[in-house]
Amino acid sequence: MIYVISVIPALGSLVVINRIEPYVLGMPFVLFWAILWVCLTSVFLMIANKLDPATKEEED
Amino acid sequence: MNAALLVISFFLVLCIWLGLQARKGKNMSLEQWAIGGRGFGSFLLFFLIAGEMFTTYTFLGASGGAYRSGMPPALYAFNCFYFVIAYWLLPPIWRYAKKNNVISQSDFYDKKYNSPALGVLVAVISVISIIPYLIMQLKGLGIIVSEASYGSISPNVAIVVSVIAITIYVTASGMHGVAWTAVIKDIMILAVVVFMGIYFPLHYYGGLQPMFEAIDTAKQGLLIFPEQGMSISWFISATIMTALAFYMFPHMLAGVFSAKSPKSLRWNAGIMPIYQVIIIFSLFIGFSAILQVPNLQGAEADLALFKMAKMSFDPWFVGVIGASGAMAALIPSSLVLTATATILSKNVYKVWKPNTSDDQLRRLSRMLVPVISIVTLYFTFNGGESIFTLYLMAYSFMAQLFPALFFSLWKKNPVTVQGAFAGMIVGILIVIYSTTSGTTLATLFPSLPQVIQDLDVGLAVLFINIAVTLGVSAVTRKTSIGMEEDNKQASGMEKLVK
Repeated sequence: MIYVISVIPALGSLVVINRIEPYVLGMPFVLFWAILWVCLTSVFLMIANKLDPATKEEED
Repeated sequence: MNAALLVISFFLVLCIWLGLQARKGKNMSLEQWAIGGRGFGSFLLFFLIAGEMFTTYTFLGASGGAYRSGMPPALYAFNCFYFVIAYWLLPPIWRYAKKNNVISQSDFYDKKYNSPALGVLVAVISVISIIPYLIMQLKGLGIIVSEASYGSISPNVAIVVSVIAITIYVTASGMHGVAWTAVIKDIMILAVVVFMGIYFPLHYYGGLQPMFEAIDTAKQGLLIFPEQGMSISWFISATIMTALAFYMFPHMLAGVFSAKSPKSLRWNAGIMPIYQVIIIFSLFIGFSAILQVPNLQGAEADLALFKMAKMSFDPWFVGVIGASGAMAALIPSSLVLTATATILSKNVYKVWKPNTSDDQLRRLSRMLVPVISIVTLYFTFNGGESIFTLYLMAYSFMAQLFPALFFSLWKKNPVTVQGAFAGMIVGILIVIYSTTSGTTLATLFPSLPQVIQDLDVGLAVLFINIAVTLGVSAVTRKTSIGMEEDNKQASGMEKLVK
């Protein structure tokens, strides 16, 4: 389960939406999409880290 | 002396001072010197590993790439794979290293495969790949300082002065010195790049969207992936390749070993992507230069950032930019110096002369730093095209170390020493051949669809490497089972003797 969560961003970032319109936050869509996935990578990895039983073990 | 020069000198002195301060109260054993005694918590570790993302590349390469070729190389700067790989790969590597007293990347292979010879091979491959990397950083540094000083310092003088500076604090403080200067460096780069990345689009175009619209009208197709060449399939395969190679570099693994716990490594993997987003400001600088300082050709494009800065700011601020750019080159270089010296002493010299004591090893490692610095300087000034070719090959070389490391982390390692040897050597030979002869999948198989032709050659080589590694392992496994038992007995004997 943790494994699946952590791999999602890697796969997501590979789906390249190769277009300029619509602009989001002033950026061409293709750029916005890449940035979005970079941020999501953080989110997903943080979730995985929270759920990872290894993290709890090491806290002891 | 102009204002820019004063600012740059100030930061150089600060760098040396901080580097020397870092050793206070530390008993400098080899472990302390090479990997900070495995004591870096999340904070220092973050700057040490994340700092590797902000090198001269962030300054000159990313903005220059956006200027020259638009969106594809720009997007290439964002690589989510780095972090997913880091999350899963680094904690087990760290655990094994801690348990078995591993302090360098070659050590890891040596101990995992119980073969000092494999350690030597890995050491040789890494040193060959990493010295050109060091040279390119230094060349970048020379350009940055010379530009920022308005030409009053020549690139060569800048390089020599900086190399002397890092040699001093690396010899004295090793990894501790590197970590603290890395903190200063990242804070400065952050401030400078974010400021310029916001200021230029606003000042010259009135915002981001107007800027991109202007570029799109002036230069059609610059903002999307082309059908061939730097196409989507190039992007994907190159992204995967660099991510696999990234953590194989000896200085990266040294950074990993210096972590206090696997927990800080996983935390790092999670927070780093957010940090990587900052590169986008460097891209904005490059994009803003496209219409403001047009017609920069070839290597000149890498100076897009400085052309923009000089056009817009006072000399003292150009000095601040120069200082942070110089540090962007210095910190990775000092990390590389530490790791290279450790590898050469522990994994080459000690294999050659097994009786070397730990204390001798510690002194030797530190003595090697100035030696490596001088060798690097020599090649920086006298190496030509060949250095650049080696630099291009470096990532593909390092990726060849991946299979042996990856399989060794399995519960039951399917790879034998012979398999690891064969895979690495075959991989390296193909990389050398394809780079020097300019062979790509496109020249090899012109009839294949474009999607496959644009794939990174390194990825194909990696598959061949894996096939050879596993193939040779399967053949040698039968004969080596007896050997492994011998080894077990031998190590059991050692314990008894001790």
